[in-house]
Amino acid sequence: MQAISWLSIVGTVLPSVLYLFNMLSLDACKGIMLCTTITWFVATPLWMGREVKPAT
Amino acid sequence: MTEDEKSAVAGAPGSAAAPEHHESLGGDEFEREPVPRRAQLGFKSFVGMYAGEHCAGTELMIGPLFVAAGVSAFDLIVGLLLGNLLAVLSWMFLTAPIATRARLTLYYQLEQICGRSLVTLYNLANGVMFCFLAGAMITVSATAVGLMFHVEMPGLNDLYPNSVGWIVTVLVVGALIAVVAAFGYQSVSKFANIASPWMVLVFLAFGLVAAREFLDSTDTQIKSVSDIWQLANTSIWKGGEPLPGQTKFTFWHVTFFAWFCNMAMHIGMSDLTVFRFARKSQYAVATGAGMYVGHFMAWIAASMLFALQMHNDHPEQYMVDLLKEHSAQYATADPAELAQAPKTAEMIREAMEIENQLVDNGVLKAEDKRISVPALVPGDLAYNACGITGLICVVIAGWTTANPTIYRAGLAFQAIIPRTSRFLVTLLTGALATLAGLFPAIAMKLLDFVALYGMVLMPMGAVVFVDYWLIRKFGLQSNYAAFSRKTFNLAAGLTWFLTLGVCTVLVKYTWIQESLAKRGFDLLPADFQGVQIYFVSLPGWFFAAVLYVLLSAVYQRKVHKGGAAPATA
Repeated sequence: MQAISWLSIVGTVLPSVLYLFNMLSLDACKGIMLCTTITWFVATPLWMGREVKPAT
Repeated sequence: MTEDEKSAVAGAPGSAAAPEHHESLGGDEFEREPVPRRAQLGFKSFVGMYAGEHCAGTELMIGPLFVAAGVSAFDLIVGLLLGNLLAVLSWMFLTAPIATRARLTLYYQLEQICGRSLVTLYNLANGVMFCFLAGAMITVSATAVGLMFHVEMPGLNDLYPNSVGWIVTVLVVGALIAVVAAFGYQSVSKFANIASPWMVLVFLAFGLVAAREFLDSTDTQIKSVSDIWQLANTSIWKGGEPLPGQTKFTFWHVTFFAWFCNMAMHIGMSDLTVFRFARKSQYAVATGAGMYVGHFMAWIAASMLFALQMHNDHPEQYMVDLLKEHSAQYATADPAELAQAPKTAEMIREAMEIENQLVDNGVLKAEDKRISVPALVPGDLAYNACGITGLICVVIAGWTTANPTIYRAGLAFQAIIPRTSRFLVTLLTGALATLAGLFPAIAMKLLDFVALYGMVLMPMGAVVFVDYWLIRKFGLQSNYAAFSRKTFNLAAGLTWFLTLGVCTVLVKYTWIQESLAKRGFDLLPADFQGVQIYFVSLPGWFFAAVLYVLLSAVYQRKVHKGGAAPATA
């Protein structure tokens, strides 16, 4: 789950980097950012701030 | 009110949440005793906290307001580099050394020095300022919500609500924020922790998208760093006149603003409460993460959004005709070229002056004036750059800043009426913040408000500094309220009020001088222009420091004559 979150957070800024280098259109950039934003806010509360229980 | 909550009140404006700092920085213990070694924390604990805290709703207004103030590229970039460095050094050399030696909360230290009654006044001042700040953040969030419903947004120089739609939007947004702050403060705080890294990257995305848009609209090819600098100077931060109604910002304005915008936390000593947990005072260098992520990157990125809006805004035919017909500067300009050029502050100012002259001459009716200052609407800026993600960022940024601010203000007010329930006080505080949010003046004048906030709290920071390091060298007693069992240290109180009085006179000098002169009292020199609010806190701090020593010398002697003998230092 953490991996999904971190991938989504990279995906939040990566489209704008690609847009800066003319590798992506602005509409695609906005669309991808929205998807990664939703993914971040769905996945991250499931693990962030939770206590990690020691393995028994 | 618990001591942790009192410390939260004496926390900083605009930050994501001081109570969480306590939870994330070792819990809510040691409010009335020094933090023991076992509870002290390493460097990493502070880096993330500061990085997230300073990328918030305020950045969405401050960055664009720099552009409205007519900053040039050099003024902005180098001014922010220097000003933020000065802020970090203030934390490192003023705040952290006391914090890591005394290891006490600001609230407790102030109580020892100033007495409980004076600290209550301090909390009240803090609470009122928090309310207005929360109101500005409700305004920010409302611009994003209102955009979705095509609500007419207030203008840059609007002081009052401008439409029923705006009033309804602010009331709904403010009510939601207030209710959630009253019911579920902790949940929103946890949500703020989740949103924080995402928000930092969305701000970065704002800047990257704006950069591409500038490159496309100016047909610029980047082959070297000088091409970037050329674009920055000629298209993004062009300098020149500010928009009408704004103060011109120079290099020194930017530097001092970046230095003093968190004055309450460093020079004002609020972050004693944070750094009391640091193992070493050098860990205060972690504040650099906040300054250079939030007050450098985020401000620059947000400013680029407004610069882009200005760049893409062109004079309407009415404005072109007005300038061609009445302005010597534009009389020979090609109308087609003028209509395609970006609308500059100089053009707007010139056109407004022409309209005013036409009104004075009776050629135009005042209600028929059509030239206006471009609106600064964070929701609009963010949506144009990053779509719905940008809108979500604006809502969350404003909300997660307003939430702890309303909570802190509520704690401050509850200290004055302790028998009232926390829930009710937080709700009423949220209501007050919502009312403040109706008036766009605070958000649109956020640069002035932040400077005012720092000025109000700065004298007490000087009192803490002097009391800790210097007062005993003058043969005087430190922590005098605790020593003498006074609830109001008159020396500290007078230092605060007199410093504020002097600073206010300096800031409003021209108005005071002209008002007196009109009434026949030519008492003040007319060639002195006063000191702008962005700069007055620096001399103010020194004035407060000297005044506190002098007043303490008189006050402590007077008290000792009338009562108990002094304890040895």
